[in-house]
Amino acid sequence: MSDVTPHVVGTARVKRGMAEMLKGGVIMDVINVEQAKIAEDSGAVAIMALERVPADIRAQGGVSRMSDPDMIEKIQAAVSIPVMAKARIGHFVEAQILESLGVDYIDESEVLTPADYENHIDKWKFTIPFVCGATNLGEALRRINEGAAMIRSKGEAGTGDVSNATTHMRKISQEIRRLSSMREDELYVAAKELQAPFELVKEVAATGKLPVVLFTAGGIATPADAAMMMQLGADGVFVGSGIFKSGDPAKRAAACVKAVTYFNDAKVVADVSRGLGDAMVGISVAEIPVPHRLAERGW
Amino acid sequence: MKIGVLALQGDVAEHLQALIAVGVDAYPVKTAAEIVGIDAMVIPGGESTTIAKLARSFDLFDLIQGRIRSGMPVYGSCAGMILLADEVTDAAKGQETFGGLAVTVRRNAFGRQVDSFETDLHFQGISDGAIKAIFIRAPWVEQIGPEVSVLAEVAAFGHNHAVAVRQGNLLATSFHPEISGDNRVHRYFVEEVCRDLVSGK
Repeated sequence: MSDVTPHVVGTARVKRGMAEMLKGGVIMDVINVEQAKIAEDSGAVAIMALERVPADIRAQGGVSRMSDPDMIEKIQAAVSIPVMAKARIGHFVEAQILESLGVDYIDESEVLTPADYENHIDKWKFTIPFVCGATNLGEALRRINEGAAMIRSKGEAGTGDVSNATTHMRKISQEIRRLSSMREDELYVAAKELQAPFELVKEVAATGKLPVVLFTAGGIATPADAAMMMQLGADGVFVGSGIFKSGDPAKRAAACVKAVTYFNDAKVVADVSRGLGDAMVGISVAEIPVPHRLAERGW
Repeated sequence: MKIGVLALQGDVAEHLQALIAVGVDAYPVKTAAEIVGIDAMVIPGGESTTIAKLARSFDLFDLIQGRIRSGMPVYGSCAGMILLADEVTDAAKGQETFGGLAVTVRRNAFGRQVDSFETDLHFQGISDGAIKAIFIRAPWVEQIGPEVSVLAEVAAFGHNHAVAVRQGNLLATSFHPEISGDNRVHRYFVEEVCRDLVSGK
């Protein structure tokens, strides 16, 4: 009546499975213990521990890096839900540090300043799972090929402008639908065009979905934004600056959680949208010069 | 027989797929009207604190608790096990459970995600070979009331820990058969746990 084989850690099923358990949930950016507790109390499925939310990174500029291990450990000690943290694109030593801290997921994130403009982290080498951003299907499949166990569509982080998140969620689902409609002998050229491995392209064409969980992120500021992402096919939502840059973070956080669960029920989304106070002021993506757009980072 | 998978948060789709594969009528439930209409329930893997808060916010908590107490068959995996437990160790502040299972469950007992693992284990009541079990930030069962049977154990930190338990209408596993492609635990739930209680009405 006991286990009969050794325990195996870090398998693709264990890594991807962790993301399956987050589905239908909201992952919130927090910068301190107090915010982490508010997020947990409001029903977040996980939190992202970072020193500056994207809105501040955008405002303050400079090079943005992995957070201080002390800050991450304080947050880990304060909550019982999973804690994620960000490493710079290609910065495999930041990822090694985060793994040694025992964070539950690493976000190889374009919100931080990239450390390598050619290579992403070889994520297969790690026991800890990774989530990576993508603006289109080819980018998502390249990240999965490197070992990403979860994908989040990119929006324009720190803006409160949901338009880029919308564009990228639509783009990824359109490209998946296109593959599903193709003959098998057309998938070779499709793989070439997507610059993605043929085996992954074939799998997506056959199943009609990514082989990993797909969340969405970037610019989500209201329960309605979150519910729209779910209706567009996201498995769940990251809310970054949108919560703690608003007038009443606890109330807005709980409202986003409820809107993600009942995303198809306009009455619920309307109810939770009442009396939330000020949303983050935000900035329209169109006003940001292209070189300053975070979603353009990564390839 | 209609089985509802509680669809407030978590890996609902995977449980639906496993239940449909064993030939039952299964669908997601997240409103009172839907929960009233089912014969049995599965509480999926997910974040137990999130699921409990949503159930409370949308007035489903007492309804689900009442149905469990009145004998509805329920299977919970991982977060579902925590939500069925009478007592939780390492709970979040103010964390509520539906209860019903006379056990104490320790949350995140095996450690953090880097400690999550898969293994094969024997499951009492499933005789055709070991089952594939995937543990993700999984709980284990620490104290067990006399009315609870242990169906599977794993060794960790030098001891055996109960990871599958049954008490009458309630079945709970620390691990996730729904993401393993092995449907035998779901078949066990449908054929052993649900059969008597549903047909006996």
